Amino acid sequence: MDRSRAEAYPLRRREVVSTLIGQRTDLLIVGGLGAPTNDVTAVGDRDNFFPLWGAMGGAASIGLGLALAQPSKRVLVITGDGEMLMGMGSLATIAVKAPSNLSVVVLDNERYGETGGQTTHTSARVELHMVAAACGIRVVGKIVTAEELEAARGAILEFAGPSFHVVKVRAEQEQMILPPKDGAYLRDRFRNAVLGKEAAKL
Amino acid sequence: MVEATPWQREIYRVLKSYDVRQVAYVPDAGHAGLIDLCHADNEMKTVVLSTEEEGVAMLSGAFLGGERGVLLMQSSGVGNCINMLSLPNICRMPLLMLVTMRGEWKEFNPWQFPMGQGTKAVLEHSGSLMFRIDDAADAGDIVDGAARMVFEGCAIATVQIGQRVVGAKSFGKK
Repeated sequence: MDRSRAEAYPLRRREVVSTLIGQRTDLLIVGGLGAPTNDVTAVGDRDNFFPLWGAMGGAASIGLGLALAQPSKRVLVITGDGEMLMGMGSLATIAVKAPSNLSVVVLDNERYGETGGQTTHTSARVELHMVAAACGIRVVGKIVTAEELEAARGAILEFAGPSFHVVKVRAEQEQMILPPKDGAYLRDRFRNAVLGKEAAKL
Repeated sequence: MVEATPWQREIYRVLKSYDVRQVAYVPDAGHAGLIDLCHADNEMKTVVLSTEEEGVAMLSGAFLGGERGVLLMQSSGVGNCINMLSLPNICRMPLLMLVTMRGEWKEFNPWQFPMGQGTKAVLEHSGSLMFRIDDAADAGDIVDGAARMVFEGCAIATVQIGQRVVGAKSFGKK
């Protein structure tokens, strides 16, 4: 375990999210619980963003079901290292089902940021992108620099996937900018945005 | 290919009638015939899971994208789902689970007893409506009733398929 390593990573998590999603409104975004939902909200909350306030370990699987249901749209799961470690088996499931419109991005600060900053396994020897590669996910990468992020943008946002990228981000405490948290509201706004109000009716 | 039993064919027919498109499962011998029917259906996307809670999350994603699904598992998998059930619960998203029972009538493996005996209570505490098939002739009707409450009422519902319907596993012993 190397606690200090993550404090020196050049990429900042909100800049990474801003670079990836900017003002784009076409992406269907699932946010894993904790800081990633704050990051997306800080860049700009939007109707086709589904932030999780729980369901730890489930973000990538939600992305899978969504990607299978909406094959013509890009689904982007933005989550953290702790959340992804809890759902590592879902990488095997995604690799086998292989939806080409699904991208998973892990903002990896090597910390459980919401609970006191305890180190996660990625601070030691665990390389999540190698787990994804070993599962058979076709497009994988580890991103540490701004140049590497720029080079991976196409793979994350445009090209055929599924893709899985770990972005090493600096361990730092950002201002809390919380997304809405009522589940039924989040459900309705997302479905209205994706399906249209009429189709979203039950 | 496992030859589907009449009750499995009935359940498949009901799932089709509700336009179920995503079928997530951790295999169970009791579901094998139904799983094969779903695999053979080009309109259904079948997904093998690493663990059952993935299916709870996946089908929440399916609903967000406008598709209906079903989660197939055996009773031992129910315990794996508990925290993930908070997602469809608090977001009021539909979830239909068909659980083949182990750890009850004529069970030969005591390691199946705890979750088999706990399935109903655990799921009730997690916010699921509960249904049960003890006579194969009722299978279609009961799954139909559960599916209507799920898909028209945004409920979480479980149909337990009793071990007397599924047939007790014996591993070659009587």
